[in-house]
Amino acid sequence: MKFGVVIFPGSNCDHDAFHVLNTVLGQPTEWVWHQSTDISHLDCIVLPGGFSYGDYLRTGAIARFSPVMKAVEKFAARGGLVLGICNGFQILLEAGLLPGAMVRNRGLKFLCRFVHLRVETTNTPFTAAARKGQVLKIPIAHMDGNYRADEATVRELERHDQIVFRYATPAGELVDDEETNPNGSLANIGGLCNRERNVLGLMPHPERASEPLMGSTDGLVIFQSLVQSLVAR
Amino acid sequence: MTEAAITAELVAEHGLTPEEYARIKEILGREPTLTELGIFSVMWSEHCSYKSSKVHLRRLPTSGPRILQGPGENAGVVDIGDGLAAVFKIESHNHPSFVEPFQGAATGVGGILRDIFTMGARPIAVLDALRFGPLDDAKNRRIAEGVVSGIAFYGNCFGVPTVGGDVYFEPCYSHNPLVNALALGIVPRDKIFLARARGVGNPVIYVGAKTGRDGIHGASLLASAEFDEASAAKRPNVQIADPFLEKLLLEALLEAFETGAIVAVQDMGAAGLTCSTCEMGARGGTGIEIELSRVPQREQGMTPYEIMLSESQERMLLIAERGREEELFALFRKWGLDAVTIGQVTDDGKLRVRDGGQVVADVPTTALAQDAPTYHRPVAPPPERAEKLVEFANDARARRGLAENFRRLLASPTVASKRWIYQQYDHSVRTNTVLPPGAADAAVLRLKGTTRGLALAVDGNGRTCYLNPRRGAALAVAEAARNVVSTGARPVAATNCLNFGNPEKPEIMWQFSEVIDGMAEACRVLGTPITGGNVSFYNETLGKAIYPTPVIGMLGVLEDIERALGAGFRRKGSAIVLLGPVPVEREGLERSFSSSQYASVIYGVTAGEPPALDLKLEKHLHDCVLELVQRGYALAAHDASDGGLLTALGEMCFLSETGLGAMVTLGSKLPVEAILFGEEPSRILLEVDEVHLADTLRVAAQYRVAARQLGWTTVGDFRVVFNGETLLDDSVQSFAEVWANALARQLQAPARSAA
Repeated sequence: MKFGVVIFPGSNCDHDAFHVLNTVLGQPTEWVWHQSTDISHLDCIVLPGGFSYGDYLRTGAIARFSPVMKAVEKFAARGGLVLGICNGFQILLEAGLLPGAMVRNRGLKFLCRFVHLRVETTNTPFTAAARKGQVLKIPIAHMDGNYRADEATVRELERHDQIVFRYATPAGELVDDEETNPNGSLANIGGLCNRERNVLGLMPHPERASEPLMGSTDGLVIFQSLVQSLVAR
Repeated sequence: MTEAAITAELVAEHGLTPEEYARIKEILGREPTLTELGIFSVMWSEHCSYKSSKVHLRRLPTSGPRILQGPGENAGVVDIGDGLAAVFKIESHNHPSFVEPFQGAATGVGGILRDIFTMGARPIAVLDALRFGPLDDAKNRRIAEGVVSGIAFYGNCFGVPTVGGDVYFEPCYSHNPLVNALALGIVPRDKIFLARARGVGNPVIYVGAKTGRDGIHGASLLASAEFDEASAAKRPNVQIADPFLEKLLLEALLEAFETGAIVAVQDMGAAGLTCSTCEMGARGGTGIEIELSRVPQREQGMTPYEIMLSESQERMLLIAERGREEELFALFRKWGLDAVTIGQVTDDGKLRVRDGGQVVADVPTTALAQDAPTYHRPVAPPPERAEKLVEFANDARARRGLAENFRRLLASPTVASKRWIYQQYDHSVRTNTVLPPGAADAAVLRLKGTTRGLALAVDGNGRTCYLNPRRGAALAVAEAARNVVSTGARPVAATNCLNFGNPEKPEIMWQFSEVIDGMAEACRVLGTPITGGNVSFYNETLGKAIYPTPVIGMLGVLEDIERALGAGFRRKGSAIVLLGPVPVEREGLERSFSSSQYASVIYGVTAGEPPALDLKLEKHLHDCVLELVQRGYALAAHDASDGGLLTALGEMCFLSETGLGAMVTLGSKLPVEAILFGEEPSRILLEVDEVHLADTLRVAAQYRVAARQLGWTTVGDFRVVFNGETLLDDSVQSFAEVWANALARQLQAPARSAA
């Protein structure tokens, strides 16, 4: 079972994701250059956080045209697992692999702090090892994490159990204020998956909450779920 | 091509004195070309040559067993064990941040990052020391918001965490902000790159952004002169930032270093191509010849003068092993970067610049980089200040007003939480940040692959340096070291940024000299040599200088990262112990209290002198705390500084993740305000588990450090009893709320004047 972490020009959290997979979880992990199209031998692709292409034009707008993204589309169509974190989520949205779009945070500023994510469904390879309703303390660090989609899309997401994480209070309540939902995402949506459930995007950084020294290990369950799901295949 | 004739006016416009110009003619044996005049003007500017400060900087201690590289290279280098070295430095970007706050601050961060990775080290942390004027002034507000956004923009996009800093708001910084950026990187000891050109015939390679007209004369005109009403016209001199490009440069360069094909490298910062070429040549004892038509340009029709002086950002100059150029070019192409050979190393010690083959500049490199004039500027203390000191309120009145005055103090911008600022910075990217901004007295980072950690703090209370420069500077070093110690790290080395007014004024030069002596003594006693840094003069607007503001960036090493200590209370029922003395002398109390934050916020007084500092006692305190940490007795630690003892106690509650409070009992014959809010140095508060209390007091006695238990941690309540009477008794929340939101509230309140 092999993981691949993509490096776009401007990716910053690639080393962090690699560290959790390779060192913390001891999983065979490779680097995938943005111009590479050879990813079929991998089981799970991670699109990491950062400022690919400097966020020029729009976050993720340019990265989605990289050669590797064509390969990722095919990879996903064949059932390969794809995890998009922060800028990675933005790239998946721009590429149309996930529905919706990101706009500026409600406070109009970059925000770096812990948030709480409630697990809405464990029926995904990314949350299979978690409990429904479990609250995860994970940090965000972004300027454009305000998820938006039209009503019809949100209804579809809800109908097909595609909303995987929502911003919540530490006690697991959905409140739409600056403290609980600091970027102002619609319906407190923090992460969602595609209809086939093999592509997930989330704005918070689970790779920054996977070791005790980092102040929370709640993010580890996402990576552990992946490992568990791949072993089961 | 004909160049303008050199007139006395032109010389003056370049910031050169007639004497300096005569020296130039003497060195060249002829009149300089216009391009040569420009080159001399930037290299001999105050910012690049340190001509006014050199004679004083020599008095700083710069060597020690861990110091691998002191001042003189792009950054200082310290051995931190496990075969690793820390590369760090602090630099100022004050003047550009006044003219264009966002770009000024952003390029300040960009510049210091390049100084680190040019030595082969990947930057792992940034800190910033910021000084602003009062926030009710609209222009100061614009500057503060722009500066913070600019730092966030650069650090976040580049991908380095901004993990700490300090901020002061004082009237003297009104329209005269200070923006000092510190960067830290890590590199294996044997992989450090220096900037010394060697190997005749080796190619000189330019890599990075194209050269444009931005920032021309940034060094000589912005950083080496005061501001006046015409300062807005200096906007074209401010450089423009592109952190994405710098990120590409970083990754490409780190890969390039691995090839072994790079001989030397320097970033193009102040004075761009001019500085990097002549400095590398001078350090290497060689010469450099370049052809300007080969320099990638993004504007049409640039003159040699413009190309040599441009301060376009995100550019590096490399010396490579001859024959290995293509290997490097392929690497840079992979990362989408322009790289081109623009010249070669020679053996004649000259910087020779050609444009289309024609020589437009031919100057000895040492004349530019090392033989700039050295000035022994006149030094004279200012006349005695006639000042009004604080008159302590009588006991009853002080007690009645205490809770409200405490809240007012907590709400003052210098004391209040800086959360509004640091939440705009990504502080956890790269997953090394163990103690982020707001959690402890210093930022603490882990070193992956080892059990060690590093701590970093920046400190520099300008007010105390204004009132007594020598003592204030020693206090700054002591405070920075104490902050590092409070996290459980041993201070090992420091970098410094010296921000002052006009050095042509004898009293400013006196401040500078006194500050150097104060720093030198403190660094010697505390064992923290200065590894390098920056001097920023001419921080004056309309003839009014800022407070002399030495900013110290202190680096510490933690042997065991698991023992890193935060500043917030962790358990209820712990003992709260004060290490260090409580004042007992009535005499001189008004004088020292008048320098405190409380004095300025509540009494409107800034006067007197900062409290006395006993450096030996300070050192004992540090050694004592480090031993207590090693033994595992301390749960949390916080030093008492701005706002005094009561503020420090409050902060330990506010920073508690579980909302803990405190119940403390104090007593004294001295005025209650002096005890609660005096800013005496050499004091650290500890949270200690009850079972370790007796041992803690015993260890303190061994180190001859005064120690007493003040009280206990509680749940939710903050209660202070003084001389048997309850002075404060309210929920921690009620104080925390004021402290946490003050800065955001002030920025949203209507401003006093439109600017």
